[in-house]
Amino acid sequence: MNRRESFKTLLVGAVAGATIGTTTACKTDPKETTADNSTNNQSQEYYGRTPSELEHDVKVYAAEFLNEYELGTIAVLCDIILPASSTAGSANDAKVPEFIEFIVKDMPNHQLPMRGGLMWLDGESNRRFNKVFTACTDAEQIQIVDDIAYPDPDNEKPEMAHGRTFFNLMRNLTLTGYYTSKMGIKDLGYDGNYPNVWDGVPAEVLAEHEVDYDPEWIAKCVDQETRNVTAEWDDDGNLIT
Amino acid sequence: MQIKESAKEYDAIIVGSGAGGGMATKILADAGLKIALVEAGPFFDPKDPKTQTQLKWSYESPRRGAGTTRAFGEFDMSWGDWKVPGEPYTTKEGTDFYWWRSRMLGGRTNHWGRISLRFGPDDFQHKSVDGLGENWPITYDEVKPYYDRLDKLIGVFGSKERLKNQPDGYFLPPPKPRLHELYYIKGAKKAGVTAIPSRMSILTKKINEDRGVCFYCGQCNRSCQAYADFSSGSCLIFPAQKNGGQIDMYLNCMVRTVTTNAEGKATGVSYINKEDRKEYQLKGKVVVLGASACSTARILLNSKSKQHPNGLGNSSDHVGRYLHDSTGGGRGAFVPQLMDRKTYNEDGVGGMHVYSPWWLDNKKLDFPRGYHIEIGGGFGMPTYGFGWDVSAMNEFIGGQVGGYGDKLREDTKRFYGAFIHLAGRGEAIARYDNRCEIDPNTVDQFGIPVLRFDYKWSDYERLPAKHMQQTFEEIFDAMGATVLGKTPGKEQDYGLLAPGQIIHEVGTTRMGNNAKTSVTNKYSQLHDADNVFVVDAGVFTSQADKNCTWTIMALSMRTSEYIIDQLKKQNI
Repeated sequence: MNRRESFKTLLVGAVAGATIGTTTACKTDPKETTADNSTNNQSQEYYGRTPSELEHDVKVYAAEFLNEYELGTIAVLCDIILPASSTAGSANDAKVPEFIEFIVKDMPNHQLPMRGGLMWLDGESNRRFNKVFTACTDAEQIQIVDDIAYPDPDNEKPEMAHGRTFFNLMRNLTLTGYYTSKMGIKDLGYDGNYPNVWDGVPAEVLAEHEVDYDPEWIAKCVDQETRNVTAEWDDDGNLIT
Repeated sequence: MQIKESAKEYDAIIVGSGAGGGMATKILADAGLKIALVEAGPFFDPKDPKTQTQLKWSYESPRRGAGTTRAFGEFDMSWGDWKVPGEPYTTKEGTDFYWWRSRMLGGRTNHWGRISLRFGPDDFQHKSVDGLGENWPITYDEVKPYYDRLDKLIGVFGSKERLKNQPDGYFLPPPKPRLHELYYIKGAKKAGVTAIPSRMSILTKKINEDRGVCFYCGQCNRSCQAYADFSSGSCLIFPAQKNGGQIDMYLNCMVRTVTTNAEGKATGVSYINKEDRKEYQLKGKVVVLGASACSTARILLNSKSKQHPNGLGNSSDHVGRYLHDSTGGGRGAFVPQLMDRKTYNEDGVGGMHVYSPWWLDNKKLDFPRGYHIEIGGGFGMPTYGFGWDVSAMNEFIGGQVGGYGDKLREDTKRFYGAFIHLAGRGEAIARYDNRCEIDPNTVDQFGIPVLRFDYKWSDYERLPAKHMQQTFEEIFDAMGATVLGKTPGKEQDYGLLAPGQIIHEVGTTRMGNNAKTSVTNKYSQLHDADNVFVVDAGVFTSQADKNCTWTIMALSMRTSEYIIDQLKKQNI
């Protein structure tokens, strides 16, 4: 699937989301909704919305801001920012453009910088190569990106300042969209959000650090073996169970 | 529009279902009283899967946890935040105030930080120490038995430390420190700052059959489906119902006024049902206000009658005055030793495992009251905002800032979990001029006149904020961390947050022995109407450098038992 095609799928997804939102709004049993753990679950009820929040989500899904052309450029930028690695998929694989499509509608403060920034990018591309950014070769795209992806402390290319601001926004939204997706969370290695019995920093991790558990401190801490024994105290407030 | 009266007379009408109202419900219902519990928001049970956000993943939401509809992020369990649609508040020109309201059963206890600290002997008698503010009409020794029972009833973890003015209690055992907290302990020790296990109302150990034990998801702010953290619904109201309590809940009902008779005594409340937008009246022998310090002040000020022309309980013109919030300041740092570390589960309990109580003697300082330090950091679940400007951290390690591709992926992983954040929470001095009052020009969507805030900080608050920043920097230095951002200067009030932002607003109906300078007596009973009581933080004569919830509940328990006693003696 080329980028244009994946983008079309994406638009369909956004519209479908609005429909799903409307139909699930009156369901009462959350188990009926499909928790497919996809990177952009659109069954809003599933994440604990109030009725007014559900309405808000439906409205945002139904709204349109970024057009097909703009989203096509975003898709290209996303995969420049986070291409696939040897162990994880790309930003497009994690549906980051779909996230950006939603979030700029949800947070209108992003709209102007995003739309204007995309125009700036095409303007720059036209000046350099006489074609829009998405029509450029990979090498041409990278030439522009290299000029806006790094800070310029000595002000050597002041004419790129607006591009840098835009790229910063693109990079931030791409990172956030990616690392809050199922794929990104796995790539990052976040280990949590499930019931467990936490009993301190693993010994092998502690061994690599210059800090350690103070025996006196640890003596005050929970003994997880007795966590299910009902607490009782003596009259001085000492726990005796 | 006709106001609809109910024929039934309750023994007690309780307004508000948060920490204070929930405790009053529990004590009064357990004693067999017929209760009406009136709450301005809908029903909420942390167990209900329809509204649950606990254990949800960021990717289950299209906005990934962003704060578009909830100011503290969309998984935070507060319905309502700084703004409640259709229910505004205003501020006097040139002043600032933030007011958080949660419209739901249990109120703000569903999302609060669970930091549960007793006020100490000095906190109740601080005027005697430094001459500022006013002493409470009660002492620590009078409140201690209620704190003791509270600890056992609700459950709070902590450790016996025998520190001055930081009373110990009946503690459950605390969790072990996380890695960044071990670095904090080391830095604090070097900087001469006390660090001890935190004290939070989360069950690290079983206390009864009704509630589960913490399963360490780190999400107390989302409210616990196992009832392993303190929320007013799960720990007070539901158990009172289960115990056979005669409790009629009036949900989505917004109290407008306390009604009074020709003798000036309360006869009940008048409320708006938000669903049909009509006004109703309830009759009760006793009215217990636990709507929150500012909402209670608003109800009293709006309850004008021939007998109470200045508002109920306001013959002293003290309702709404002496409003004060905790002071707050914060700072973050990058901890190079925590870079590139192997990931593992460190969700822990919802919040810090370690904290620093106030450790200095104010006689040697240029400000009168203390502050405590709260610690944040670790491998959290990424939500909206994660990865923002992550490559900028390269500046601290001589790496390349900016970029894209594999390098960016590496940066994100290298810096994950390598940050620590410190927050100072201190005591403000209660002042006559800092107040909320009725805005003469504005009503809410139910036609009820709203509050206007008029609150300014003084140097009593600015100077400790300055000290906080110095302390944070000393601790960061001592732990080998690189402080982020510039030290906030005088023109930024040394980083002092705006009044109200710490959500510890207290003092609007303060207690005292003198009816001319206080609103309630030492049992939280209105000087002007002996069958009206206040069980929220309005009665606080002064805030300590501690969070207010544990004291709200201890006092609500005490007041509720006083009500039972007074009803038995037919004094009210």
